[in-house]
Amino acid sequence: MAVSVDEAVSTGPARDRTPPARRFGGRGRSALEIVLLALLAVVMLFPVLWMIETSIKENRDVYAIPAKFFDFDVTMDHFRDVFVAPDGGRSALSVAFLNSVVVAGVSTLLATVLGVPAAWAYSRFGVKAKKDQLFFILSTRFMPPVVVVIPIFLMYRQVGLIDSKLGLILIYAAFNVPFTIWMMKGFVDEVPAEYEDAAMLDGYTRLQAFWKFTLPLLVPGIAATAVFALIFSWNEFVFAIFLTSSDGVRTAPPAIAGLIGGTTVDWGLVAAASVVFALPVLVFAYLVRKHLVAGVTLGAVRR
Amino acid sequence: MSDPVPLTTDDPGQVASATPPAPGRSRRLGDRGLAVAFISPALLLLLAMSVFPLLWALYLSFTDYSATRGGPANFVGFGNYTAILTSAQVHARALTTLVYVVGAVSLQTGLGFTIAYLISRRTHGRGALTTLFLVPMMLSPVVVGLFWRFMLDAQFGVINSMLGSVGLGQVEWLTRQRTALVSLIVVDTWQWTPFIMLIALAGLTAVPKYLYEAASIDRASEWFRFRTITLPLVWPLLLIAVLFRAIEAFRLFDLVYILTSGGPGVSTETLSFHVYKVAFLGFNTGTASAYGILMVLVVVVLTQLYLRYLNKLKEG
Repeated sequence: MAVSVDEAVSTGPARDRTPPARRFGGRGRSALEIVLLALLAVVMLFPVLWMIETSIKENRDVYAIPAKFFDFDVTMDHFRDVFVAPDGGRSALSVAFLNSVVVAGVSTLLATVLGVPAAWAYSRFGVKAKKDQLFFILSTRFMPPVVVVIPIFLMYRQVGLIDSKLGLILIYAAFNVPFTIWMMKGFVDEVPAEYEDAAMLDGYTRLQAFWKFTLPLLVPGIAATAVFALIFSWNEFVFAIFLTSSDGVRTAPPAIAGLIGGTTVDWGLVAAASVVFALPVLVFAYLVRKHLVAGVTLGAVRR
Repeated sequence: MSDPVPLTTDDPGQVASATPPAPGRSRRLGDRGLAVAFISPALLLLLAMSVFPLLWALYLSFTDYSATRGGPANFVGFGNYTAILTSAQVHARALTTLVYVVGAVSLQTGLGFTIAYLISRRTHGRGALTTLFLVPMMLSPVVVGLFWRFMLDAQFGVINSMLGSVGLGQVEWLTRQRTALVSLIVVDTWQWTPFIMLIALAGLTAVPKYLYEAASIDRASEWFRFRTITLPLVWPLLLIAVLFRAIEAFRLFDLVYILTSGGPGVSTETLSFHVYKVAFLGFNTGTASAYGILMVLVVVVLTQLYLRYLNKLKEG
């Protein structure tokens, strides 16, 4: 693994290719690039494939030494174990998945409802010290979670929000509002303000103009932004592990991490749970691939 | 918040008439009211969930409060801060963090840019390739951490199995001081190389074709083209990606927690992880808060840098 990484780094692009024969230079180089890309792709994707493979392996093959790549027995037992408890009831993991759906969904909704209007206002009006405000908003998103969680923990203990879905929803919403504002501001900037001006000349109020003319145009942007917020909340681990403890409240990340607490680890189950957990994210990410650059830079870079 | 001050307009048409038309004015005030009404809820949430907790942490950082002992918090002034800044332990953690951040971010940058460059030179299948490479970035750190822990397992991990099959010895990746930090860097690099790749690709595909055409007419060498056209145009964007990653890496907690829990010994104990230990295992809430505030200061400085370059990029 590390070896191939080193190789890839040292053969940087366009280094030693003074083409000896121009006719073959282009083609030879192109072939080299394709080989290099294929190699890198294999290295990057291997862990993902290994995870999928482990999730459908019989237990004895999971721990086989040396590792089995192709000749293993396929089973779906691990996936069954993710959802069904040994006694036939619902497993703790499936409850955690449901909690994740609720927490991520509601917090995203909240962040969207709060963030979109704010983004529109920042985009359209001359707000006092706008740059400073926007900077402040983004900087809250950069706070180290492990630092913020200390006072939040104390605060929640005071008001009884420890180990509650509402507590997680609130912190995730606060976590996603900065992102929503930055991301949406970009989308609002792309809609000409003249539409609203024209509507207002026709006698609509500013609010009506926003509601009737701008908002419908923002729907694709809102959808993309919400999907990113959903992914962030879905994947979040630090707040989840410190602010929840009981099985009925815990979201999936701490629940999956809890699988390695014991003396023996059922890696097949861990793999299956990870696959189930990662699938929706990958599907969602694929849906918003056009906005990926903006999304992963928190709405800061848009190309 | 918004006191109704009569607004003076710069509109020359309105200066001429003694009384500006009423609708215009009321609409302006309406806008202002609307702006306040639309922005305040979001800001209030941020104040409640980010600013207030941070101010609380700031207050606690000057006390010897402990969340488990309870009791009153005694004011200790800058005691926590001096203790932290002069402790050899902390210096070691800071060094670990620095090695990790610099190592991981530079590896990601080199590798990510390389992949982006290779992809940008392909004419077919760019989209599919990019999508494939982006998968690691989308996974939760929990999944990534757990999975690598399994793959790096000394006994039945697939990595050692592969090393064995090519005749190399077994490595105790996560249980040896020296290799543990390397493992952490490798895993983080695996997850975040796609991020740099994505941003670099955005920059590379934005380079106007005619520049290359002009260069090839001039018979400029490949390396010359890369150095004088590609790099300068992609560099500003790349720098932003690097800063962004540096902030994220500095904050990193979850991967350490899952992969190594700071061990073996304290070899992978980053600052973030140390804060957690002081707060939740040592119960020194006051000290941990002081720690946190110092970390926040570092993040704020980095964020300032990040935004400054961002503004430059947008204006340039």
